[in-house]
Amino acid sequence: MVQNNYNKKVDWVTIVIYAILVLFGWINIYAANYNPENPVFFDMGMEYAKQLIWISASMVLIWVIFMTDSKFYVAFSNILYGVAVFLLFSVIFLGKEINGAKSWFELGPIRFQPAELAKIATALTLARMMSRHDFTFKKFKNLASIIAIWALPVLCIFLQNDTGSALVFFVFILPFYREGLPGSILVFGLMGAIVSVLTLVYPPYSVLALIIVGALVALFVKTDKKITGIALMYGVGAFAIVLGLFYIVGLNLRWELFMLVGILAFSIVVLIKGFSKKIKAVVPIAIFMWGAVVFTFSSSYFVNDVLSEYQRNRVYVLLGFKDDPLGAGYNVNQSKIAIGSGGFSGKGYLQGTQTKFDFVPEQSTDFIFCTVGEEWGYLGTLTVVILFVFLMIRLIFLAEKQHSSFSRIYGYCVASIFFYHFTINIGMTIGLAPVIGIPLPFFSYGGSSLWGFTTLLFIFLKLDTNRSELIR
Amino acid sequence: MENISRRTIVIALIFIFIGITFAIKLFILQVYDPSYKFSAANNTQKEIINFPARGLVYDRNGKLIVSNQADYDLMVVPRELKSMDSLDFCNALEISIEDLRQLFAGMRSRLRNRKISRIKPSVFYRQLSAKQYGYLQEKLYKYDGFFVQRRTLRKYEYPNAAHILGYISEVGASDIKKDDYYISGDYHGKNGIESTYENFLRGEKGYKYVLVDVHGREKGAFRDGQSDIPAKAGKDIKLTIDVDLQQYGEQLMQNKIGAIVALEPSTGEILSLVSAPHFDPSLLVGKKRAGNFAALNADTLKPLFNRAIMGRYPPGSTFKPLMGAIGLQEGVLTPETKYECNGGYWVGRFHQGCHAHYSPWDLRKAIANSCNAYFSQIFRSVIDQPKTSTVQDGFELWKNYLVNFGLGYKLGVDFSNEDRGFIPNSDYYDKWYNKSWSSLTVVSLAIGQGELGTTPIQMANMCAAIGNEGYYYTPHIIKEIESDTIPSKYKAKRATGIDKENFEPIKDGMEMAVWGDMGTAGLARIPDLTICGKTGTAQNPHGEDHSVFMAFAPKENPQIAIAVYVENGGYGSTWAAPIASLMVEKYLNKEVHSSRKWIEKRMLEGDLVHGSE
Ligand SMILES: [Zn+2]
Repeated sequence: MVQNNYNKKVDWVTIVIYAILVLFGWINIYAANYNPENPVFFDMGMEYAKQLIWISASMVLIWVIFMTDSKFYVAFSNILYGVAVFLLFSVIFLGKEINGAKSWFELGPIRFQPAELAKIATALTLARMMSRHDFTFKKFKNLASIIAIWALPVLCIFLQNDTGSALVFFVFILPFYREGLPGSILVFGLMGAIVSVLTLVYPPYSVLALIIVGALVALFVKTDKKITGIALMYGVGAFAIVLGLFYIVGLNLRWELFMLVGILAFSIVVLIKGFSKKIKAVVPIAIFMWGAVVFTFSSSYFVNDVLSEYQRNRVYVLLGFKDDPLGAGYNVNQSKIAIGSGGFSGKGYLQGTQTKFDFVPEQSTDFIFCTVGEEWGYLGTLTVVILFVFLMIRLIFLAEKQHSSFSRIYGYCVASIFFYHFTINIGMTIGLAPVIGIPLPFFSYGGSSLWGFTTLLFIFLKLDTNRSELIR
Repeated sequence: MENISRRTIVIALIFIFIGITFAIKLFILQVYDPSYKFSAANNTQKEIINFPARGLVYDRNGKLIVSNQADYDLMVVPRELKSMDSLDFCNALEISIEDLRQLFAGMRSRLRNRKISRIKPSVFYRQLSAKQYGYLQEKLYKYDGFFVQRRTLRKYEYPNAAHILGYISEVGASDIKKDDYYISGDYHGKNGIESTYENFLRGEKGYKYVLVDVHGREKGAFRDGQSDIPAKAGKDIKLTIDVDLQQYGEQLMQNKIGAIVALEPSTGEILSLVSAPHFDPSLLVGKKRAGNFAALNADTLKPLFNRAIMGRYPPGSTFKPLMGAIGLQEGVLTPETKYECNGGYWVGRFHQGCHAHYSPWDLRKAIANSCNAYFSQIFRSVIDQPKTSTVQDGFELWKNYLVNFGLGYKLGVDFSNEDRGFIPNSDYYDKWYNKSWSSLTVVSLAIGQGELGTTPIQMANMCAAIGNEGYYYTPHIIKEIESDTIPSKYKAKRATGIDKENFEPIKDGMEMAVWGDMGTAGLARIPDLTICGKTGTAQNPHGEDHSVFMAFAPKENPQIAIAVYVENGGYGSTWAAPIASLMVEKYLNKEVHSSRKWIEKRMLEGDLVHGSE
């Protein structure tokens, strides 16, 4: 009777999605390890066999999590956080270096990455901190303690030279935003990240075009169609006239300069029209636009003209645009071929050729999505994308149902962490994001990450069973 | 559901936005963009290897000796094979059905033994003829899994210098293990300079990536060729040999067994290196290599054996000038010292014979006329000097002079299989004679016999050191490497430990050997040239003695030093001396004097191989 009751409270939909992802992940790890030269049905030494052991262990983990009282997670979050930070700190000195990052503990056959624990612990601690009834971002003391909790693990992980894992923590801006952080900070944060990455990947004019679109959208939302239309007309007009003049004269200058003239005309019109109509919003829009323009040019100038070839390469390597001796983007290139070759319906299970024979490096860990793409085609990749998006949205809507704000904030943290991994990992395999070696949740081979994500998710599902109670 | 806040919606929209972006990008990648859209059975991207042309080889005067010719191999990727019209395939290749069956059987057995891979290309049929290639190329699209790989083969401009050049062969499993540059089916240099300078000559393979369709047809460059790596041609090299002299030497040595080594004393550069019998290097190119190699290998005259650097002969009387120089350096005689010779060297019942001649003679005359007794005296005086208390010490003192002249050890020429020769040390005799031996026991060494073994190149080098009056440069065959430097050891002067002035009477004696009234090498006289030489007759327990001659010319600042061995040629004056003199004359004067044409004719026509009866 009690059991039955409990079953009703558990969110089976999420558990089913979890099970599908883990199972599908394992099937693809099997495929990535499958060698058509020497087809062996099952070999205990292979990664798929080990992954099976780790999946079984996850079942035990889930059972333990469900058996633990929800209050425990609140009460012990600080201790857990302390332990995590301590481990993060000691791994800098005692850890084993893998791929240039000193982020793993190695105890015999078991490898453990304290960053996995830190993610969970930081999410719990932030949730506890922010769930205090008098918490608000407007109080300096609160803000400072949040930043401190957040910055400590980030700093340690940066010191381990594990940029990929450190960047995860920036995604907590989403739960912060949900809990009242001003929206402008979210926008500025997102834009800053996007613009600085884009300037390094794409030529400046494409980034300028993006800024213009952003400004137009902002104008349209904040003012009205009329001002937007007129400003756009003047902007395009100025751009076309200058371009035409130079064309007639026969001078060929960089696109960016013509675009600047257009932006200048556009912003002048916006400001004049805005002031005459007493719309205050035009000022921040203009400031933001020019800020972005200056930022674009200065970062582009800095990277291309100030840095030496050697330093520039270091920047690219740091950002993951260059990662191996075969030249920038070899991995991405190979992974795009693999995914692209899958076509609409894929080559069929175990029929892949690109994700075997070492064309794609890290086939079963960071680039497992390639195997999905090659063998299951667009149908497979789209399914995975939909499953993840569905899972993340399900999580935040579940979070909204929590009576206890601790559970809610933690739920957002979990969804955001999944979001970060999902975006960077898949983005990297299809060439939209820099190559940062981080796993795809539930899919990638490896016990440490599977257990980390499982724990993260199931603590929330446990908290969710007490959704109508106030947990403290 | 409770009232959902705007911020929740914003976050959900961010999630959805990324999801849609991925869905679109994946659609482009997997469905829309044709450059990634391929059927399940197909490799999307194919790597095409561009084999670089090997470096060219020139002689010292810039004449091209070795170049390249195009060659096409039919390659197979076993995994991609489909059923095919084998009759048509056989017609294209001009082979029988049975041959084709054999080729496939071979491929399958290599697959089974894991010598080749199912997924990587390996050679199916080597070296298509121009006709086969032309015919096959048009039909190739019908045969899945096959493609043609362009490589280059060597082309030899002269039918000479095979021993110097070496040859090209397919790499073996051990070569691939040693150097990961090679993959199965690659060629590399074997023997000679092809092997020694392999790393310069081979260049660097290039890689081209192309997109291919279901039928393996190329559909253009992958990523506009951004990932391609162009092939780098091998570096050209210039050899020290004079190819005309080399050719002349091989002609002079035809129908004879033996070797010629000619050096430039002032640099150690090898002007010519002949091993007879010789063979045409073109015999070891391409498809016919295996058959020809087996035939050459089975030949009882051992044409593959490079006698010039691997043949070990007793030096015979050509050793005497060196004995004289050692004696002078040790101060056991002066050039004016005279020794008696009564038909040989007598000590009690011991007798080492000599030809009948007037005596006593001084050093110069003794060299010119090759008196055995004279050099036996010097040898014993050197070993039994008061300053060396035991015969062992005395012997080591003597032996070290020989070592300083480059004997008994590998010289370090740029060939991998050089022989070190043999110079016994005192331990050797201690063991042999159970420690009871004296200078008399081993006195036959004084006249270049006994246990001594030297290679023709060591003798030529020794002769160069005498001509240089006390030093030599390690003989070598490399003159220049394109945009690189030759090994520094070939630029280092090596001293022999004998003073310059002690060579004067030696050189006089060698001059008299050619020009003197009773000199042993009258046939070596070249008008207007002060050639200095020494004949020798190397004892051969298996038959007629070997004819030996070494010489350098001109006497002052010699430009060429030479050693000639003619196996079973009898006296040094009969074959070796005239052949050496013709080589010297050809090199220094570019042509043979009319008064010596009869000698040239006799040498060219002489046949010591096919037997008179
Ligand atoms: Zn005599």
